[in-house]
Amino acid sequence: MKRSIRKTSFYAAVVLLALFSALPVAYAVLTIFKTQADLFTSGANPFIYGQPPTIDHLIFLFTQTQYTTFLWNSFVIGLFVVAITVVLAVPAAYALARLTGSWGERSGMAIFLVYLIPPTLLFIPLYQIVVDLDLANTIWALVVVLPTITIPFCTWLLLGFFRSVPRELDEAALLDGCSRFAAFRKVVLPQALPGIGACIVFAFSLSLSNYIYSVTFVTESAARNLSAGVPTELIRGDVYFWPALMAATSIVAIPLAIAYGLLFDYLVRGFQNAEAAATGG
Amino acid sequence: MSTNPATGPRSQGVLARIAEACDRPRVLGALMLGPAIIYVVAFVAVPFVLAIGLSLSDATVGNPNITNLVGLDNFTQVVHQEAFMLALRNSLLITTLVIVCLLVLATAATELLARDFRGKRLVQILFIMPWAMPVSLAAITWLWLLDSQFSPIDWILVQMHLLGPGGVWGPGRHLYYLGREWLGIGSLVFVDVWRMLPLATIIVLAGRLSIPRERLEQATIDGAGFFRILFRIIIPALAPVLIIAVLFTALLVIGEMSMVSLLTRGGPGHSTQVLPYWAYLKGIESGDLAQGAAIALFLFPVLLVAALIALRMAYRTQDG
Repeated sequence: MKRSIRKTSFYAAVVLLALFSALPVAYAVLTIFKTQADLFTSGANPFIYGQPPTIDHLIFLFTQTQYTTFLWNSFVIGLFVVAITVVLAVPAAYALARLTGSWGERSGMAIFLVYLIPPTLLFIPLYQIVVDLDLANTIWALVVVLPTITIPFCTWLLLGFFRSVPRELDEAALLDGCSRFAAFRKVVLPQALPGIGACIVFAFSLSLSNYIYSVTFVTESAARNLSAGVPTELIRGDVYFWPALMAATSIVAIPLAIAYGLLFDYLVRGFQNAEAAATGG
Repeated sequence: MSTNPATGPRSQGVLARIAEACDRPRVLGALMLGPAIIYVVAFVAVPFVLAIGLSLSDATVGNPNITNLVGLDNFTQVVHQEAFMLALRNSLLITTLVIVCLLVLATAATELLARDFRGKRLVQILFIMPWAMPVSLAAITWLWLLDSQFSPIDWILVQMHLLGPGGVWGPGRHLYYLGREWLGIGSLVFVDVWRMLPLATIIVLAGRLSIPRERLEQATIDGAGFFRILFRIIIPALAPVLIIAVLFTALLVIGEMSMVSLLTRGGPGHSTQVLPYWAYLKGIESGDLAQGAAIALFLFPVLLVAALIALRMAYRTQDG
C-alpha cells in the first residue's frame, strides 16, 4: 500500500515535470493550425478549434517568408562552428590535460573566466573586426565569431574526458615506440569520443541559440539565421503572425528535442567527467 | 631516387629531427594549444581590451575610434541615469531569483531523473524541449502565451473565477503579464527558469550520478528516510557541482538580452530593463558606443570576484 502510494506520487511528479517543459510547445503546435478569426475570438476557449484547422499558415511560412533560408543558414553556421570548435578544442584540451604540466592541470575552471566577459561588451569591438575582415552581413561573420562561445566550454568539457583516460595507456603506447602525437591519436582520442560527441551537441546548440551576434552582425535577411531571422521577419512592427511564428518555433524545437532527448544520458556523462576533473575529484 | 642517393636519407634525417623535436611534450603542447589560444586572444582578449578602451573614451557610432580618452566620465554619467539603476537592480534580482528557483527545481528534477522508470526516454525528450530551441524562439513562444489579450493563462484564470468580474484579481479579464513592473519581472524569471532548467538539471544530474551507489544504499539500510538522505548525503556531496551549476547558469542569465528584448523591451518605462539590453540600446540604438561599453563592463569586477570566490569554494568543498 505504502509502496504503491510512493510509486504513484513519483509518477505524478515525473508527469508534472514533463508537462512543465512541454506544455508551452504543445500550445504552440495547437496554434499553428488555427484560422486567424479563430485565434482572435475574444473570450473563446483557446484550447479547442472553434473553426476547422487549417494548414494555410504553414504554407505561408514556407512560401512567403525566408524561413527555409534561415533554417539552411543556421544549419551551415552550426556545422562550421562545430568543425572549428572540435579542431581547436580537442588538441587544446589534450595539451592542457597531459602536456603543459602543472599549470595546465589547474587551468580547468580558469577557462570559465572567459564567460565573465559578457557578449554585450564584446560585440562592439567584434563588429569592427567583422567589418575589417569584410564579413559583415554574411553567415561567415557568425562562423568566425561564435566559436568564442563554444571553444572555452568544449575545451573544459574535453579536459575532463582526457583526464579520465588513465595515463598508463599513453605511457604504454610510448613504450611501444609510438610518437606522443600518435599515442594521442590512436590511444587517447578513441577513449574521448563520447566527450567529443557531447561537445558537438553543445556547440551546435550554442551556435543555434546565440541572439546578439546574429542580430547585430547580419542585417541582410538572406544571410540571417533562425535566431535573428524569425523575430525580425515574422514580427513586422506590431503585427505578429502568431501561427507562422509558432510553426517556425515548433519545427525547430521538436526534432532537436528528440535528438537531444535521445542523447540525454550521453550529455550527462559529458558533464560527469568534466565536473570530476574540475573539482579535483 | 637512384640519381641522387645522397640527399634522400639526409632530408629524411632533417624531417625526422623536426618530427622528433615536435614530439617533445612542451613543443607538442604548444603546437596543440597554440591555435585555440591564438583564436581566443584574437576574438576575446583583444576585443575585451578594445571594449575597455571604448568605455574610457568618447567614441560614438559615427566616430568609433578611440582617440579621446575621458577617464571614468562614462561610468559616472551612466550611474546617474535612472534607467541604469533600474537595469542594475533588475539584472541582480532576476539572476538571483532564477538561480534560487533553478537550484530547487534542478535538485528535484535530478532526484526524479536519476531513477530508472518506464517511459524515461519520452520524459527526457519532453523535458529537454525548452533548451532545444534558440532563446529567441523560446521567448516568442512565451510572448504568445503571455499575450495581453489572448493569453490562455488568463482564460484559465477567468474560468476559475480568479479573474474577470467578481474574481479576486478582477474585474478585468487580463493580467497584462508583460505590461506591469513586477508581473513583468516575474514573467522574465519564470521564462528564464523554464528555459534553463534542462541544462541546470543535466549539470546537477552528472554530479548526482557520481555519488557511489553503496553510500546511498547503506543509508537506506540504516533506516534513513528520503529527505534525510537528500539533505545529509546527496546535497553535501553535490555542493561543488551545485556551485558550478550556479556559476554557469548565472553567467548565462546575466549576459542574456534576447528574453527582455523580445518579451518586455525593458518596459513599461524602464521598469524591467536589464544591463545587457540597456547597454545594447545605449551603445547601438542611440549610438553612444562609449556609454554602452561602460554599462556592459559595469558588472565585470563584481562577477570576477564572485566567480573567483565560487571557484575556490568548489575546490575547497571537494578537498574537505
